[in-house]
This record gives sequence, C-alpha cells and structure tokens, in this order.
Amino acid sequence: MSDSPLLEVSNLRVSFPTRQGVTEAVRGVSFTVGREKLGIVGESGSGKSMTGRSVLRLVPAPGVVGADRLAFRGEDLLGASDKRLRAIRGRRIAMVMQDPKFSLNPVMTVGRQIAEAYRVHSDAGPAEARRRALEMLEAVRIRDPERVYGRYPHEVSGGMGQRIMIAMMLIPEPELLIADEPTSALDVTVQMQVLAILDDLCGRRGMGMIFISHDLNLVASFCDRILIMYAGRVVESCRASELRNATHPYTRGLLDSLPRLDDPRAELPVLTRDPAWLTEGGQ
Amino acid sequence: MTEQGMIGIENLRVAFGQGADSVVAVDGVSLSVRDGESFGLVGESGSGKSTVLRAVSGLNHDWSGRVAVAGVEQSRRRAKGFFKTCQMVFQDPYGSLHPRHPVDRILAEPIAIHGLGDTDGRIDRVLLEVGLGPSFRFRYPHQLSGGQRQRVAIARALVLEPRLLLLDEPTSALDVSVQAEILNLLRRLRAERGLTLVLVSHNLAVVANLCDRLAVMNRGRIVEEMTVEDLRRGEAAQPYTRQLLRASQGYDRAAAESFRDFA
Ligand SMILES: Nc1ncnc2c1ncn2[C@@H]1O[C@H](COP(=O)(O)OP(=O)(O)O)[C@@H](O)[C@H]1O
Ligand SMILES: Nc1ncnc2c1ncn2[C@@H]1O[C@H](COP(=O)(O)OP(=O)(O)O)[C@@H](O)[C@H]1O
Ligand SMILES: [Mg+2]
Ligand SMILES: [Mg+2]
Repeated sequence: MSDSPLLEVSNLRVSFPTRQGVTEAVRGVSFTVGREKLGIVGESGSGKSMTGRSVLRLVPAPGVVGADRLAFRGEDLLGASDKRLRAIRGRRIAMVMQDPKFSLNPVMTVGRQIAEAYRVHSDAGPAEARRRALEMLEAVRIRDPERVYGRYPHEVSGGMGQRIMIAMMLIPEPELLIADEPTSALDVTVQMQVLAILDDLCGRRGMGMIFISHDLNLVASFCDRILIMYAGRVVESCRASELRNATHPYTRGLLDSLPRLDDPRAELPVLTRDPAWLTEGGQ
Repeated sequence: MTEQGMIGIENLRVAFGQGADSVVAVDGVSLSVRDGESFGLVGESGSGKSTVLRAVSGLNHDWSGRVAVAGVEQSRRRAKGFFKTCQMVFQDPYGSLHPRHPVDRILAEPIAIHGLGDTDGRIDRVLLEVGLGPSFRFRYPHQLSGGQRQRVAIARALVLEPRLLLLDEPTSALDVSVQAEILNLLRRLRAERGLTLVLVSHNLAVVANLCDRLAVMNRGRIVEEMTVEDLRRGEAAQPYTRQLLRASQGYDRAAAESFRDFA
C-alpha cells in the first residue's frame, strides 16, 4: 500500500429505527483502503452492504450513518454537500450494487446507459462514447455487444445485468471501486474472467477496491487484505493469503463449515455462535 | 435399467418454445441412478440440470425419451401414487412454501391428499427428524430463518416417506454455516431411510460432500460421468470438466486467461 490511503473509515455506525426499536446494522467499523483489493466477508445480515453503501451515502432511508471519520483522499464525505458528493460519485468512487435491477435505468437501453456514464466523465462525442461502451461490453465478456447494446435492463439475465453494471461503473475509470457481490450471479468461469478485468484495473491503473462477498475462498484468492464481519462489527482482519491461519472462532467456524474437494470428511463441523462475539471488536 | 435401478433415463429431450425461438434445454440425456445412491448433477446455469429434474419429478409434461422411476415406466402425467415415491426440494425455500400457511398446514396437506392417517404423529415425527421441535408447527414461513425454511421444505418432502428425493440447489441460497447443517441433515436422512438422492448444484465441493457419483452437463448434454473420488483427484476426462474444476478452485489470473467456450 502506498503512502496515504484512498479511503479512511473510522468508527462507522449505521442504524435503522424500526417499530421494535433501533437495529444497529454497523456498529463501529474502522478500516482504510489504499491502492489494493480489500475484501469484506461475513454472513448475510452482518453489515457488509451497509458498510459499502455508507461510503457514498447510499444507505436507504430510514438508515442513519455516523462516523468519527469518513474521508476520500483526505476529503470528508459525511459532511460534503450533495453537489460535491455527486461530483465524486461515479467519477472518482463507483459502486456496483448487489442487485443490478435496482441500479439500472429501466427505460434506457443498457448501451446508452454505459455511453452516458462515459460522457458524463469525459468530453467524448456520441460516436466515441458508443465505441467505448461496446469495447467495455466486450471486456466484461458479453458475447454479442452490438445486440446487447440495444437491450433494455429487463431483457437481460441476472448474470448479464451484473456484467453491464460492472461495465458502466468501470468506464469512467474511478479511483476507488466498491463492488458488492459483483459476481454472485455469474458462472464460475465468467466470474473469473470478470475478476481478471477488475484485477488488471487495480494493478495497471492503481485503482483501489472494496470487494464485498460471502465467498471466503474467492476473497482469499482474489483480494490482498480481508475484513471479517459479524453482527455489524469487524471481528478479525488479515492478509488474504493468511486467511487459512485465521484465529477468531467465527472465522474458523466459517472456514471449517465449507465442504472441500481436497478434504473427504463427510460430517461438516457446525458453527456454534458465542454471544461474546457480539460485544468484541468494536470501538 | 437394472433391477436395482431407482432412475433410468434414456435419450431425454426437452425443448421450450416453438419454431425459430425454440430452445433445446435437454438434448439426448441418458443416465441411471441406483437404489440408495446419491447422484450429483453439475454444470453452469442454463445447462439443463433443473429441466432434467423436472422431467423426472413430473413437473414438466413436455418431454420425449424414456423415464423410469423405481422400475416403473413413466408417462407425461404422473399417477398420484408417484409422489409417494419421489419428492423434490427447491433452491428457494421461501418461494416454495405458502407464505400464509403455518408449518402445520404445509405438512398436513400432502398427508391429506394421499389419504394417510395419523396426521399429528407424522408431523411431529418429521419435524423432529429435520431438527425442528414440535413448537415449529405453528410458525409461518416469514417467522423462520432461511435454514429453518429449508428444513420445513425437506420435512414436507419426507412426510410421505418417499424413496427418492430430488434436490435442486438446496443450499445455494443459504449461508455456509447453514449449508453445512443442511448437508449433514441430508446425509443422516439418507443413511437412516435408505434414500436415493439426486442433487443438482453448481458447487462441486457440495456435490462431493454428499454424492457418490456425478454427471457434468453443458448445453443440454452430459459431458461426462465420474465418481466423486475421480472428482476429488481432479481426474476428469473432458476438457470442459477440467475447466470447471479449475474455475471452482478460487481466483487465478492465468487460469482466467486460458478459459474458452465449449459449444
Ligand atoms: N431498511 C432496513 N430496516 C431495518 N434494518 C435494516 C434495513 N436494511 C438493512 N437492515 C439491517 O441491516 C443489517 C445489515 O444488512 P446488510 O448490510 O445488507 O448485510 P449484508 O450485506 O452483510 O448481508 C441486517 O441485519 C438488516 O437487518
Ligand atoms: N419454462 C421455460 N421456458 C423457456 N425456457 C426455459 C424454461 N425453463 C428452462 N428454460 C431454458 O432451458 C435451458 C436450461 O435451463 P435449466 O434446466 O433451468 O438450467 P440449469 O438448471 O442448469 O441452470 C436454459 O436455456 C433455460 O433458459
Ligand atoms: Mg449484502
Ligand atoms: Mg437450475
């Protein structure tokens, strides 16, 4: 990681007021992201998506976000004006959301959406934008880019929607990409090819990335560093290559519960949750 | 099909749609599953795995070829008694359970349809068998976790005491810790009841955990059949299977570069 981090997050909290009381989705999470691939793993409901969304203030109402510090290249994001945030969003920090259906404009063809995303962030003309959009569709392994260009979001499959989202988010060449389960709807071979594109952008252009996933093996093999979240907190962090040697019983429990091709044991150890995990790891 | 065969499929073909828009989802599949065996069906999405299961389970009426279950040749429409032999469990336990029916009613329905007695006793026993106490009888699906819902779906399939259970991605929507619980449950039920299982999954490690043998599908066809021991040793005969194996072993830049399309 180079000198100063791209993103600094300190004591991040996200809560939702509900009729039954306040749900604390994120409870004091701190981390930094440099020009690296930071993975966030954990089971569903552990607060991964809300952590990622907080960075761009995309937590849905009635969620409330607070932090001691939330800064992109030294600039405060929590207190930034809406106008300032719009200038950063998409152009400098992009986010690929878990469900592409909610992030694509339903009444605009996918090709035009990608081309527009390019034009907002460059002074290219329409022909140039179209050419770049087609290139990008090809880069995310869409077999017939010309045909897909003219389709509407409801006309594409979930896996194709994910790749279209990725194309749209990458085309402005952001400095930081927040990718929330970006490849969960893709087949393993396509997933690998799409990850290779993200990998290259990080390596070649020095893009930083937050990669959110529930797939421990994938994160361990793809990322540089990993945060393991449980019930809104980071219970452990480690270098991705060291995940096998993780020490927290929650992390160990998750790893042990995975069936493995190289381990012929039949009965899988079942995770027993310790109530103490709920209170440790916070600030 | 041999005497002890539980499933015999010969030259199964399933097409959707008419004319130019027609999609051949399953294109000449033949396979057999022995009584008591646990058989896996793997392949990428759209390869035809679910369509094979649906033809066997009688959910799809529009197929050609030959399908025999428990030694009985099957026609397009299934006799009611068929479902006492063969039951199916789906990926999304939420979608497959009636949202406004309590567990009690979800489990009582098949018992009533098949005119079996001792409804209360059967429900209590099957709930216990899938690791849920009798207190779960009066809960609604939205009051259950994902894992508990899948247990109810398995209980519903088991309440008729079938010999054959068809499982379509039964753990794909679950967290890994819950997946482990469901895989352990299925393994125990198979041993206790001498069940035959067919497990459809895109996850090779899940199939290896529960199955003895598997078939790999690509674009409606079976690419190869192999034992789980062969799979564990990485001894696949076909390049398609080798690529699938490599892709399931985590991210690898060089591997991604080498992937190709198999038509
Ligand atoms: N609109 C909401 N109202 C109340 N709680 C919410 C809402 N949205 C999310 N949550 C809670 O926030 C927690 C974290 O959610 P999320 O970040 O989406 O988890 P993950 O991405 O790790 O699956 C969940 O436990 C969920 O209950
Ligand atoms: N009801 C249907 N109508 C039209 N096409 C279908 C239908 N069900 C499946 N298909 C098509 O059949 C092919 C195989 O699908 P499926 O058996 O669901 O694959 P898998 O379970 O391996 O993902 C796919 O191309 C799919 O789009
Ligand atoms: Mg999420
Ligand atoms: Mg399927």
